[in-house]
Amino acid sequence: MSTGVEAGALPVTAPASVPRRAGFGLAPLRRLALAGVVPAALVAVWQATTAGRPYSLIPPPAEVWAELQDLAIGGINDDAFSGTLWNHLEASLSRVYGGFALAAAAALPLGLLIGRVPLIRALLDPVLQVLRPVPVTAWLPLAMILFGLGPRSAFFLVFLGAFYPILVNTVFGVRSVEPRLFEAAAMLGCTGPAQFARVVLPAALPSIFTGLRLGLGFAWVVIVVGEMTGVQTGLGAIIMEARQLSRTEIVICGMAVIGVAGFVSDWLVMQLGRRLLAWSPNHG
Amino acid sequence: MADPTIPILDMRAVSKTYTAGGRRTEALREANLTVARGAFVCLLGASGCGKSTLLRVAAGFEAPSSGQALMWGKPIAGPGPSRGMVFQDYGLFPWLTVRDNIGFGPKARGRPAAEVRDTAERYIALVGLQAFADAYPHQLSGGMKQRVAIARVLANEAEVVLMDEPFGALDAMTRERLQDELIDLWSRTGLTILFVTHAIEEAIFLADRIVMMSPGPGRIEAVHTVDLPRRRDVSSPAFNDLRRMLAAQLHSHHAPRAAA
Repeated sequence: MSTGVEAGALPVTAPASVPRRAGFGLAPLRRLALAGVVPAALVAVWQATTAGRPYSLIPPPAEVWAELQDLAIGGINDDAFSGTLWNHLEASLSRVYGGFALAAAAALPLGLLIGRVPLIRALLDPVLQVLRPVPVTAWLPLAMILFGLGPRSAFFLVFLGAFYPILVNTVFGVRSVEPRLFEAAAMLGCTGPAQFARVVLPAALPSIFTGLRLGLGFAWVVIVVGEMTGVQTGLGAIIMEARQLSRTEIVICGMAVIGVAGFVSDWLVMQLGRRLLAWSPNHG
Repeated sequence: MADPTIPILDMRAVSKTYTAGGRRTEALREANLTVARGAFVCLLGASGCGKSTLLRVAAGFEAPSSGQALMWGKPIAGPGPSRGMVFQDYGLFPWLTVRDNIGFGPKARGRPAAEVRDTAERYIALVGLQAFADAYPHQLSGGMKQRVAIARVLANEAEVVLMDEPFGALDAMTRERLQDELIDLWSRTGLTILFVTHAIEEAIFLADRIVMMSPGPGRIEAVHTVDLPRRRDVSSPAFNDLRRMLAAQLHSHHAPRAAA
């Protein structure tokens, strides 16, 4: 099967006797081709089940594609949604990254301290553990009372969604630092609080990065919930509004944009991690 | 420096008892040991004889339960750069290159960046790792890692190097190479070395003085001076006589326990 895919993807295949050399240069193409197989199949099924049926509740791919262009550039439908995509995307991006940055700024130092200082762990860990199982969405009513109906609630939910993965992974990373490394640092003259910057933080970095990735992922999940009530802009808001107007093609466009935006932001974090964790045999 | 008549390390009736889960374990009972500047002393014994405990007390990782641990006549209050430790499991910082591992101590002690670099380069050259200066620990062999660990301690101007079975995890050929290199370093630098091992041959090859320890509770049993000429020939009759004698003594410590 794999040879079939390869042959299909590469019309000018190298002779079978030198597969390694040929594979080296064309591996990315092959990967791209493989990654496209399932989406292509899904779109095909989508097309086959929706095209040419006027009463289908789900619009066919071509209609969604046209709507996406209209949302991005305008000039097709010329309705209230035309050309508004970038405003909504910008609003969501600023909330996702704002809330995420705030969560990281709070969770990182807190995680380092909880992991390293027994008094702070005894003080904070039980509270945080009890609050942790509460789903972020369950905070929505309370958030609306605390922060009002509007973008500030969405911001708060994103913060909360990203906070716990970052905190939990930071604490885990700090707790699993090889005790030997503290001894090594101490006998080299690095003791006390200086160990935070020189030992704890770098040693816990792989785990912290896992937390940041998960946190950013959660931020994208939560943003839609946060923007669904009382917010005028944002990808969650546009999905909610389109649903009320039965504009399902817009709902699908919103979903697709969130998917792509989340994927790109995860990719960026991964690139950063790859750079910072080049030393780790499990990364890079 | 300090008064040359004062030993660099002085352990006076050092005892160490651990309490874990309500059980008391006497790891070390009234150990007396003085180490003169420039000496190479091996602590030799089977596991549980307290040799590592004594080393960790000297390092300042453990405080004695009773007795005194002194360096240059002053109590050892905690770990510090004057007593560098080389661990069996290396204890290198995995996120730092060879160069930065070796420069860690000087940098942590606030030396200027240019000086840190020069120091690191000098000690990289000393242990022959120029080609690996930018490698990370996981890219090195065990022998190379241990060279980095030794260089890191020397770069930090340690007066005493404490070594806890440093070559125990290495293959036989690498171990012999490193033993040779260590003796070479020691004779060129005038370092003081306190070296823990359970290998009789290693102790005879390296040490001026062998401190025999025995378990249950850990204590110092006897001290032997080794005055064989260097570089020591492990197949010479004198070497073998000493090995036989030490082996007999080590086993006699265990005989009562084995019979019980």
